Amino acid sequence: MGSALLDIHALRQTFPRAGGGELLVLDGIELQLMEGQIVGLLGRTGSGKSTLLRSIAGLMPASGGSITYLGQPVLGPAPGIAMVFQSFALFPWLTVLENVQIGLEALGLPDTEIRKRALAAIDLIGLDGYESAYPRELSGGMRQRVGFARALVVHPNILLMDEPFSALDVLTAETLRTDLIELWGDGKLPIKGIIIVTHNIEEAVLMCDRILLFSSNPGRIIREIAVDLKQPRNRLDPRFRDLVEKIYVAMTSRAAPPKIGAAAGTIATSIDTRLPRVSANLLSGVLETLAGEYNGKADLPVFAEHIEDDELFPVADALQMLHLAEIEGGDIKIGEIGRQYVEAGTDDRKKIFQRQLLAYVPLAAHIRRVLQERTNHVAPKSRFFDELEDHMSAEDAEATLRSVTAWGRYAEAFAYDDDSQTFSLENPT
Amino acid sequence: MRLNVPISVGGWGRFFTRWDVLAVLLILGLLTFLGEASRHLLQPLSELQHQPVSLDPRNLPEYAARTTLRMLLAMVLSLIFTFTYATLAARSKRAERLLIPLLDILQSVPILGFISITVVFFMALVPGRVLGAEFAAIFAIFTSQAWNMAFSFYQSLRTVPTELVEASRNFGLSPWMRFWRLDVPFAMPQLIWNMMVSMSGSWFFVVASEAISVGNTTITLPGVGSYIALAIEHRDLAAVGYAILTMLIVILIYDQVLFRPLIAWADRFRFEQEPGMFPPESWVLDVMRRSRLIDRLTQPFASSWRRLLVARWWKEAAPLKREVAPTHGWITFQWVIIVVALSALALWEVSRFVIHDLTLADVGTAFLLGLATFSRIVVLIALASIIWVPIGVWVGTRRGVANFVQPVAQFLAAFPANLLFPIAVSAIVALKLNPNIWLSPLMILGTQWYILFNVVAGAAAIPAELRAAGVNFRVRGLLWWRRIALPAVLPYYVTGAITASGGSWNASIVAEVASWGDEHLQAYGLGAYIAQQTEAGDFHRIVLGIAVMSFFVVVINRAFWRPLYFYAERKFRLG
Repeated sequence: MGSALLDIHALRQTFPRAGGGELLVLDGIELQLMEGQIVGLLGRTGSGKSTLLRSIAGLMPASGGSITYLGQPVLGPAPGIAMVFQSFALFPWLTVLENVQIGLEALGLPDTEIRKRALAAIDLIGLDGYESAYPRELSGGMRQRVGFARALVVHPNILLMDEPFSALDVLTAETLRTDLIELWGDGKLPIKGIIIVTHNIEEAVLMCDRILLFSSNPGRIIREIAVDLKQPRNRLDPRFRDLVEKIYVAMTSRAAPPKIGAAAGTIATSIDTRLPRVSANLLSGVLETLAGEYNGKADLPVFAEHIEDDELFPVADALQMLHLAEIEGGDIKIGEIGRQYVEAGTDDRKKIFQRQLLAYVPLAAHIRRVLQERTNHVAPKSRFFDELEDHMSAEDAEATLRSVTAWGRYAEAFAYDDDSQTFSLENPT
Repeated sequence: MRLNVPISVGGWGRFFTRWDVLAVLLILGLLTFLGEASRHLLQPLSELQHQPVSLDPRNLPEYAARTTLRMLLAMVLSLIFTFTYATLAARSKRAERLLIPLLDILQSVPILGFISITVVFFMALVPGRVLGAEFAAIFAIFTSQAWNMAFSFYQSLRTVPTELVEASRNFGLSPWMRFWRLDVPFAMPQLIWNMMVSMSGSWFFVVASEAISVGNTTITLPGVGSYIALAIEHRDLAAVGYAILTMLIVILIYDQVLFRPLIAWADRFRFEQEPGMFPPESWVLDVMRRSRLIDRLTQPFASSWRRLLVARWWKEAAPLKREVAPTHGWITFQWVIIVVALSALALWEVSRFVIHDLTLADVGTAFLLGLATFSRIVVLIALASIIWVPIGVWVGTRRGVANFVQPVAQFLAAFPANLLFPIAVSAIVALKLNPNIWLSPLMILGTQWYILFNVVAGAAAIPAELRAAGVNFRVRGLLWWRRIALPAVLPYYVTGAITASGGSWNASIVAEVASWGDEHLQAYGLGAYIAQQTEAGDFHRIVLGIAVMSFFVVVINRAFWRPLYFYAERKFRLG
């Protein structure tokens, strides 16, 4: 272990809000990246981990605190910090070779040097023979290889990766990940440290030396976990499984700060709680699988296989919120009402869902109450939007309203007309 | 594309291929054309009187060359304008607030009415030389091309994917390099499409801008436009025929030599990551790409262009500034003051200029005339929609037909209304028709095709699965139109109709007055008013007419087309 490449102290990030004021996204972030380390940032959507990565890359100025790279404050894109993007961010009109060369051209190196280094990087990352292909001709995995080659070719000290494998299918991601770890382990990569953002727990445990767990709204580091398993790591190694389990427990127990009156293993909500974007269909599917295949109780890491990476926690939140299932100690357990729901027919399912929705999601109950109080039983969307926007960003307010609309429609609790942007109690007859 | 092998290695085989021969011919042709067309530029004005435009068809190739050169120069100017104006608007929030509404208004100002004013300006700039008149003509053509190009570029700049912007910043691209590596390529396909539309549209102005009369002096620049004007003056039907033929050939040539290759080349800039089903092809581009000679000739340019790209014109990008919530700080305040002061000054100037010897009655008259033209345009757009929407849908859903119809419609869009004067005027006089009604179709002659273009594109974009579903559920007849075809093409139709309606206002200046020899017809309308005042050289009333017309166009756009567009976009945009 060498000296610190990167030193972040008391970092704060806020975004201006449309109606004035500021929204706190990241708060009190302390992070040191040592030479030879891979650090993982793990958290759910909205925990600000991508914002942190962009701050380090100098794409976003800090609102407070400091970011120091090799003793210098980061005030803009720093040479020596290169990034790999989730959706690859390749220039579609440049060939593989030209894409790889672009960072070197920006450095103003001589043509021969550019060519030599680009070809070396292409060779290293396994892109031989694809030099003259355009990105649109490549598969997702090959595209991300170009992304890696483009970042490595500038010989950065720090490589930043923003969910680099999440747009790839499982097997492709695995191959790419393994190749990368091997190159890193053999010391073939011209880099000194890596920071990777991910929401895939196993991926973090496979790759990282240290994992930082983030809470959401605002993003804070709630826990730091050191991974001292030797590479190559085996997913079936009991110590690996233990670590994964431990992280699942840590992440779900911190799902929401406990509020007064909340029962253990559930989430208490108020009108201004951000609602997860999960369809009622997916919730039904999860409950059915849980009841059918797992007899009502499953280990979260095992159950995660059934769900897309980034949907597991939203689904878990939604089920807890509606009191249809509980999360405890890294397990997901179906509740009594959840069981009734699975056994019921279509109409009864809707009735159960409506009951839970109105009882435990205050925003849904609020919308319904407003509609009932009005003589024509109609209310504009903007009325609720404005209310939400006092407590969250415009995007979050929009997303939350969409979730509650989708749930309300399924439960037949209220109707929504997108043309007139109004909620109403009537359904078309 | 092949790998960039150093060129000397590539020259292993025969030195000359047949592609080289073709390429040399193309380039020599281009050089001759440029030389021939620009030979006369520096002659004194009196030279024009010695060599008046003649109706001899043997002169037409030269006229065509000169007209095309004017259009191409105007296109270059439009590109320069586009790259600077739109970039400034997209980069600076403060500039954007002023520049975009300004562009919106500029788009609505009837350029034809302005020609006489700009001529005076440019003639004063280069007194006594042909160059001044040429500048004026090129400027007039420029104003018919630039606005929509700048708009398209601005919109592209605003939709450049965030991750690509972040990538180019992360890899240290200078603003200059980013512009050429990211912004321009991303905007290219849309920009080329707009260049084609602009080129078609500018034919309309060529006729008006080459034969310029200011008060009682008339300057006729040699070109297809003045040829047409002369043919109409002399009632020479054969000459009108020759002019049409020439236009057809010119449009065909620049389509094949300029736009086809551009479209085929720009296919790589499409942002969708999937390969297109049928990539556009162009034989000229194939020649260029396969010719070793061209490769060798362009190599030095290509590498100096690369060097130019990486040049850092200014120091490192300034450190990041925080994006703060919009506050009314001191600088913003100053900016507002400056803008307000400038507008007040402009308003003062305009009103002083107009009020000078105008009365309220004049304004009233102009408004009434505007209403007359307005009602004509409403009826015409409605008629054109009834005719072209069904045809466009029919064409668009048949690939073979669409490929054939698109270039034809493009030619028709370039067709200046003046060319139909002979038929229209003779018919109206012979049959004793009312010019108020029967001159109107000339207004929409060139602009109706935008409706057809866009509806064809919209119908072609209906997903095959959606059509298959329609067939599967036996959705037919009226139901098919109501539920599938019309909703699917509505966003496209609205875009086309906006262009058509704006263009018709402009065309009214040419179309509400028509002449054939010494037969002059005139309809009651704002276009005729502006044309009349131009002929009389009454600048005050020209400005009044233009102002009233701009007012009408802006109000209609804001009150009707814009809401309709957003509605269609939100509700019916597929995918």
